[in-house]
Amino acid sequence: METTMSTAADSATTGGHEAPRIAINMDGHRETAPRNAAKARAEGLSFHYGAHRALKDINLEIPERMVTALIGPSGCGKSTFLRCFNRMHDLTPNTRYDGAIHFYPDDFNLVAKDVDPIEVRMRIGMVFQKPNPFPKSIFENVAYGLRLRGVSNRALLEEQVEAALRSAALWEEAKDRLQASALTLSGGQQQRLCIARALATRPEILLFDEPTSALDPIATAKIEELIAQLRDQVTVLIVTHNMQQAARVSDFTAFMYLGELVEVGDTSRIFTNPSKKATEDYITGRYG
Amino acid sequence: MATPALPSNDLQTVRRDVASRKVRDQLFVVVGLLALFACLFSLLVLFSKLVMDGSDRFTWEFVSSFPSRRAAQAGILAAWVGSSLVMLVTACTAVPVGVMAAIYLEEYAPKNWFTGVIEINVTNLAGVPSIVYGLLALGLFVYKFDLGQSIVTAGLTLALLILPVVIVATRESLRSVPRAIREAAYGLGATRWEVTKDHVLPYSTGGILTGMILGLSRAIGETAPLITIGALAFIAFLPTPPLTDVAPYVSFTWLTDPFTVMPIQMFNWVSRPDPAFQSNAAAAGAILLGMTLLMNAVAIYIRYRFRKSINW
Repeated sequence: METTMSTAADSATTGGHEAPRIAINMDGHRETAPRNAAKARAEGLSFHYGAHRALKDINLEIPERMVTALIGPSGCGKSTFLRCFNRMHDLTPNTRYDGAIHFYPDDFNLVAKDVDPIEVRMRIGMVFQKPNPFPKSIFENVAYGLRLRGVSNRALLEEQVEAALRSAALWEEAKDRLQASALTLSGGQQQRLCIARALATRPEILLFDEPTSALDPIATAKIEELIAQLRDQVTVLIVTHNMQQAARVSDFTAFMYLGELVEVGDTSRIFTNPSKKATEDYITGRYG
Repeated sequence: MATPALPSNDLQTVRRDVASRKVRDQLFVVVGLLALFACLFSLLVLFSKLVMDGSDRFTWEFVSSFPSRRAAQAGILAAWVGSSLVMLVTACTAVPVGVMAAIYLEEYAPKNWFTGVIEINVTNLAGVPSIVYGLLALGLFVYKFDLGQSIVTAGLTLALLILPVVIVATRESLRSVPRAIREAAYGLGATRWEVTKDHVLPYSTGGILTGMILGLSRAIGETAPLITIGALAFIAFLPTPPLTDVAPYVSFTWLTDPFTVMPIQMFNWVSRPDPAFQSNAAAAGAILLGMTLLMNAVAIYIRYRFRKSINW
């Protein structure tokens, strides 16, 4: 089962199901990139933990300002794949990337050895499975990424923190308690704070690693609504074990199984008319 | 062959069974409390004996006088000032060195056999008898570096002694910062040093300070290594004051002054035949114990404060 069953061409043909909108974009040069153009493209990507090959020759295109969902049973490598995009695996010794993830429009390979992971993480943000705010004030949580980039002007920080909190739909709840500890927020609010923290540095891609698995249904609904809105600003790649969630929030869905990409396509097509038997079995709940 | 029957589930049997098991449960409570009281009781007896023996010496004169040949006039001024200054040198050297070593081992060092050996050795160093550190200091600081039998020699010796304690406590504290927090910071593009300085270190300050104080409260009672390097038992003057009235207003000559410390002063008095000195020793002992308890109380308070503001 070493063949790659799906390619970037697949997702390209399914694109354009929706008229491109003018992006309300904060960052100049990205407004020119048309929605649905390739933002990133994995090409023959394999990933190894020591001798174990966790990802096998993955080819997948991530379209600009669209939501792409990665689904599949536990252990299929979807989180591993997601973490390649911001080089989180570099924190674990004995790991190796093969192949490439091309990043557009600059067109360089995100997982190349000579590309600094810090540079990659400054452009590709991540929201984790469990809300992980810093035990600092709400304001400092959101401002941290900007502070790392050397921003120290108070007025500029305040303006950017407000913008990020608004984008994360947290401003109304947090504006009167910006100096309160982030740990005083509820779980759902903490996760939206983490989204604001990631948005503050204006990432070009935002990665979500099962962002609602630790949240209750109401908080989950809010995060999903937020992700749907975020697609106007940022390219989203989301891992979820919840198929309904993938169906609700994503434009494209990729199904992974045993470290391989089985099938990718328009979300509505994947869920109504999958072309691979394995995808159909997973979606209809036969395993997973 | 008949298989043994399961115990019956009727009311009487179940109640009898539970009752007999609860007796054993209660039995353990009794044994545990006995063990606990044995410890506390002996400590209490020791402390109250010290306080009673030294009761007539808890005066301002005792704290503010130099040692004397006459027991009634002898005091611990030189000893407690010496102890405080030595602790200052110890804290100022052991804490930065220990914390930096721990950060390197925990955050930077690659996990291989070499760092494994270092780790095991650091842990083992905590068990090295203190007199061995005294011998090391005698050869290294006193003779080789020619620092003399001074406060700085004593401070550095005790710093070596508590370094493993500081390193182990710091590492444990660093390790308690969840991986998720590190990932959050790395995910925003922070470097290793930024993650350490902005997050890991601030969030583990409570544990680091606790380790520091526990180390110092061990060091303050140490006698053997200081006797080895040649601390004097009879000192009738104070070190040069660290603050002066001429610029630059700070002086470091006190570092090279001879000194004595509380436990050595006690040892000196205990070894005298005159029973009046015994009550001096007891009073000094009670004060030293009080200092240690105070340091531990501070450590507990710090830990409590940090636990309250940071719970993961």
